[in-house]
Amino acid sequence: MSTTNQPSAILSYPAFLRRSLSLATDGSLRFYAWMTALTAVALVGANAWANQVATGMITTNMTDHVSWGLYIANFTFCVGLAAGGVMMVIPAYLYDDEEMHKVVIIGEAVAIAAIVMCTLSVLVDLGRPDRFWHLIPGIGRFNWPMSMLTWDIIVLNGYLVINLHIVGYLLYMRYLGRKPNPVWYFPFVFLSIAWAISIHTVTAFLYCGLGGRPFWNTALLAPRFLASAFVSGPAFIILVMRVLRITSGYSAPPGPARTLIQIIRVAMVINLVMLASEIFTLFYTGGAHGVSAEYLFFGLHGHHGLVAWIWTAIAMNLLGTVLFFTPAALQRGWTRILACLLVIVGIWIEKGMGLIIPGFIPSTLHEIVEYAPSLVEWKVTAGIWAFGLLILTVMLKLIANVFTGQLNLPGSESASR
Amino acid sequence: MSDSQLKKSLPIVTRRTAVKGGFATLGAAAFVGAISPLRHAAKETTAAEFMQQHYQELSDEDKRKVIARLEDETKEEYGADVTIGDDRPLPGTKFVYAINLSVCNGNGKCVEACHKENNHDRATNQSYIRVLEMPKGTMDMEQGNTTYTHTVPDDGKFYLPVQCQQCDEPPCVDVCPVQATWKEEDGIVVVDYNWCIGCRYCEAACPYHARRFNWKKPEVPAAEVNPDQSYLSNRIRPQGVVEKCTYCLHRTRRGRLPACLEACPTGARVFGNILDPDSNIRWLLENKRVYVLKEELGTKPAFFYFFDK
Ligand code: SF4
Ligand code: SF4
Repeated sequence: MSTTNQPSAILSYPAFLRRSLSLATDGSLRFYAWMTALTAVALVGANAWANQVATGMITTNMTDHVSWGLYIANFTFCVGLAAGGVMMVIPAYLYDDEEMHKVVIIGEAVAIAAIVMCTLSVLVDLGRPDRFWHLIPGIGRFNWPMSMLTWDIIVLNGYLVINLHIVGYLLYMRYLGRKPNPVWYFPFVFLSIAWAISIHTVTAFLYCGLGGRPFWNTALLAPRFLASAFVSGPAFIILVMRVLRITSGYSAPPGPARTLIQIIRVAMVINLVMLASEIFTLFYTGGAHGVSAEYLFFGLHGHHGLVAWIWTAIAMNLLGTVLFFTPAALQRGWTRILACLLVIVGIWIEKGMGLIIPGFIPSTLHEIVEYAPSLVEWKVTAGIWAFGLLILTVMLKLIANVFTGQLNLPGSESASR
Repeated sequence: MSDSQLKKSLPIVTRRTAVKGGFATLGAAAFVGAISPLRHAAKETTAAEFMQQHYQELSDEDKRKVIARLEDETKEEYGADVTIGDDRPLPGTKFVYAINLSVCNGNGKCVEACHKENNHDRATNQSYIRVLEMPKGTMDMEQGNTTYTHTVPDDGKFYLPVQCQQCDEPPCVDVCPVQATWKEEDGIVVVDYNWCIGCRYCEAACPYHARRFNWKKPEVPAAEVNPDQSYLSNRIRPQGVVEKCTYCLHRTRRGRLPACLEACPTGARVFGNILDPDSNIRWLLENKRVYVLKEELGTKPAFFYFFDK
């Protein structure tokens, strides 16, 4: 993907990859401990998944009534993370905010890791993962354009390719000590912005297109997804920047973080307004449409499996929002970190246990069957997160190395600097 | 081998890379160990099964081979001799079903018959039919109950059996990412159990709770296996795929009636070819007040409900 018209550049690309890989896996004892821990969790997840495939999905707590659970909930959140990861591209390029560029590449790395997590979340949710090839265009049978799931697979893969290209290209140019040629990345950056919006919209359509599920069947779903992605993505990036600054000395000036916090403030308020208006229509009108919401927020006929979840999410989101609006949030400090953690977890619950599960309760025949993830599902999900973080760590390491000049083409401009 | 020796013999390999290589090998080995349960699953999937094409792309020759293989597998895994047919829609036929709600008394014989006829998993007591007990005077399912255990019929209640409505605009078919489910010319919505990837999107999309997933391998004692089977209907399903009511196409396409209808002691169930002007069902649909469920969703069910008065 990342090519230039100079033959020398093409020739040194494999060497670049080799050196990157070697450098990205080098580090302090703390780094090795971190990588070992992630690998261990990922292995536990892989093992749980293998057992699930062998014995059947009976090992999850899903049923014919609640046929999607933690995996699809996690998938939904990760799509938001992937979309949000690229949102800062907008200020960076549209307003030509020079300082943002250092952050944008982090956002794109987060997007790549998040998409990998999305794909894995879908894979582990399949009853027959061995038939995954039925989904491959050309040799399988692709139900396009009818199925929203097919659309989702297309847009997610497209997004992955675009972001891999941008990150790879920018890093490589840095490595060579050259100025990136706008022709090779500008169009892709704009494409990735549009694409970021499309991945989350299509994912929302996956649910809101189902007439038989009144809880999801709302036009507000896609905009709400986008608004929360504008929060979780930037919040995640702020956290990553903090970790990077402490561990690798790669730091962006404080400006971009402030821009991100402004984005979060606006998006979070819009998100909360939409939530309020949704709650209003659900409860003021009542009837069949309100039943799932009633179950979610207050419990129904003695069943209240989700009540604790959703109120925790609401409390975290509100508290996080308040913290973001304090002046302290604009400074480097614990307020900001705490606020980020609060909204990330809050949105993870809201998009997952607070959105996917109540869509199934009560069922289409109005039976109430509750669901709480099994240990296997938790293990597999933790494994996916560990693997995602593993990929992210390697990518960040690489980015830090290139940007701090530790990794560059011998004799190139940045090397002599 | 000491550090310096290593460097001498293999100048390119630094200690660091050697350690990293060691870790990578360890990691790879651990990964293989972690996913080893998959070997068990892989044993169940033969190469022929894995490579099998979509039902609609199989030639007659392919189908013969596939069916022979499936019959052998059933013998091996369940100890039962079965014949699997490839029943195709009859020309000029569109099957519809109707239920007389004035007569249905909620006895659940249909549920049981379906369970046996379609070789459902014994442990989970699965069936394609659910019977809702509803208070008289409402069609609001919110007030229904499927888990009643008292003697039937109960005062002030009526009973609403629900199964696949073989919708003319089936949302379950629209959403399937791999076209593993489709509607046949006689109106029956079927699943290729050997093509379904088990994503359960169709299960989420169906407004009538008509689809079932095989959360584990179905258990049926050899003596209880119904040997009259068809590729697209009641053959024993593999683990991890979705299944549904097919109006017993292995019976109805051979001129018989659905098992649930034969089992119904009250005569509430009527089944037939709507394209046949002399059929019972045609008369009924023309002369009774007929209802469909969730009409507002635009699924256009081929399954009707009516009352006598
Ligand atoms: S009732 Fe459900 S499974 Fe049957 S055709 Fe309609 S949508 Fe599909
Ligand atoms: S579960 Fe099977 S039939 Fe249903 S949508 Fe997925 S692949 Fe299609």
